[in-house]
Amino acid sequence: MQIFPCPFCGPRNETEFHFAGELGKVRPDTGKEVNARDWATYLYAQRNEKGLVREVWLHLTCSELFVMERDSLTMDVRASKSLRGDAL
Amino acid sequence: MTRYSAFTVFREGLRGQKGWDKAWRSPVPKPAYDVVIIGAGGHGLATAYYLAKNHGIKDVAVIEKGWLGGGNTGRNTTVIRSNYFYPESAALYDFSVRLYENLSRELNYNVMFSQRGMVVTAHSEPEMEMAARQVNAMRLNGVDAEFLDRDQVRKLAPLLNYGPDMRYPIHGGVFQPRAGTGRHDAVAWGFARAADAQGVDIIQNCQVLELLTEGGRCVGVRTSQGEIRASAIGATVAGHSSVIADMAQVDLPITSYALQAFVSEPLKPVLDTVVLCPPFGTYISQSDKGGLVIGGGLDRVPSYGQRGNLPMQEAVLAGLVEMMPALASVKLLRHWAGIVDVTPDSSPIIGPSGLEGLYLNCGWGTGGFKAIPAGGYLFAHLLATGHHHDLSRPFDPVRFTTGHLIDEGAASGIAH
Repeated sequence: MQIFPCPFCGPRNETEFHFAGELGKVRPDTGKEVNARDWATYLYAQRNEKGLVREVWLHLTCSELFVMERDSLTMDVRASKSLRGDAL
Repeated sequence: MTRYSAFTVFREGLRGQKGWDKAWRSPVPKPAYDVVIIGAGGHGLATAYYLAKNHGIKDVAVIEKGWLGGGNTGRNTTVIRSNYFYPESAALYDFSVRLYENLSRELNYNVMFSQRGMVVTAHSEPEMEMAARQVNAMRLNGVDAEFLDRDQVRKLAPLLNYGPDMRYPIHGGVFQPRAGTGRHDAVAWGFARAADAQGVDIIQNCQVLELLTEGGRCVGVRTSQGEIRASAIGATVAGHSSVIADMAQVDLPITSYALQAFVSEPLKPVLDTVVLCPPFGTYISQSDKGGLVIGGGLDRVPSYGQRGNLPMQEAVLAGLVEMMPALASVKLLRHWAGIVDVTPDSSPIIGPSGLEGLYLNCGWGTGGFKAIPAGGYLFAHLLATGHHHDLSRPFDPVRFTTGHLIDEGAASGIAH
């Protein structure tokens, strides 16, 4: 069982966490015309990197979203921090 | 190539087994081919075979960073079925089942396709209604399907729990008689041998380091064994598709996850069909050696680590004990994981990559093994002609832009 660190609750069991998505996706500005290609990129395209990744995770028990940096090959967790402030 | 037959087995028995040829060569890569296929798993090898057989394109190399059939082709639970919902999927997967039905004869290699059927159980009256809908959809699509009540399920799989203590009591199920299991390694080896016999070079321990591009077109690959150029390059690398796509500076709608499987110590025959119980997320069959082959859902953490881990192991095995309590004390022999390429609609991607000259066959997610002959057949058509076969056209990646998703994740209740 892997332990993930929640920036608010500390180290907790991995089953308490839910993968929300890759960090850095920006929803298209719907105030302007958005073409189908840009929508598809936003909705579906993934970097899906092998190695170091930065992702948004949800800690189900405290309902907080946060950023986790980890290695998708070794599964080492490097850092976790709040989405507030300058995390992006 | 020595043709395999009862006679050659008998003859070699008398001659001290000295007359067998190697099943395939280990050639040094040539500087250029008509087609280079990245990844010598089932789909890559089948693609090479059908390029040679259906299209007469024999100047083909299949390059593989490890050993052939060492990825998901050697890591799956060997189930072959076509119990899908949408017409596009039914046509694709049933084409694959039909190719499997004749594959041992065609390849002169016993892939041990055993059509022992597959039961998907239903555990409430609403689930029975959905099961009836599934059966009707499959029949409309020309796929065999039977709607079973509880007694009929019991006859097929008496090992399931029918007691009053069952958490989700069995009401009935969907049965596909033509589904079954195959010998996964034999599928890779059979396609490798048959492709090699037609002149295809299979080059193992040859990792792609970089794509060669000229004028915005992919013209080859730089590998750990040097540069190899080709008119068309096909990638059949499953969970590592995003790694190749990254070399082409393309983002795919794919997330890679580990999918685990388990095999028990060998037992006397206890189960002669494949059983999936959706509420427990666990399915099981028994191999010819007697081992129970057990699978479940995806891991919850995106990963490229080809190894199992405990949370999903606990979920799958807890489900198994609830399904078939008699197996609670059976010991596991091995468990492992492969990296699967999951798309948003749980349907595969076959088509151009976005970089000219590079084509993709990926996104099979948790169900690539059953689709190997069809995936190879259709991908060969695309590589040879530059155009889709009618069966693969709906699976072009353009569907993510046009919105024509084939959402089998929702329709067939694929749990992952």
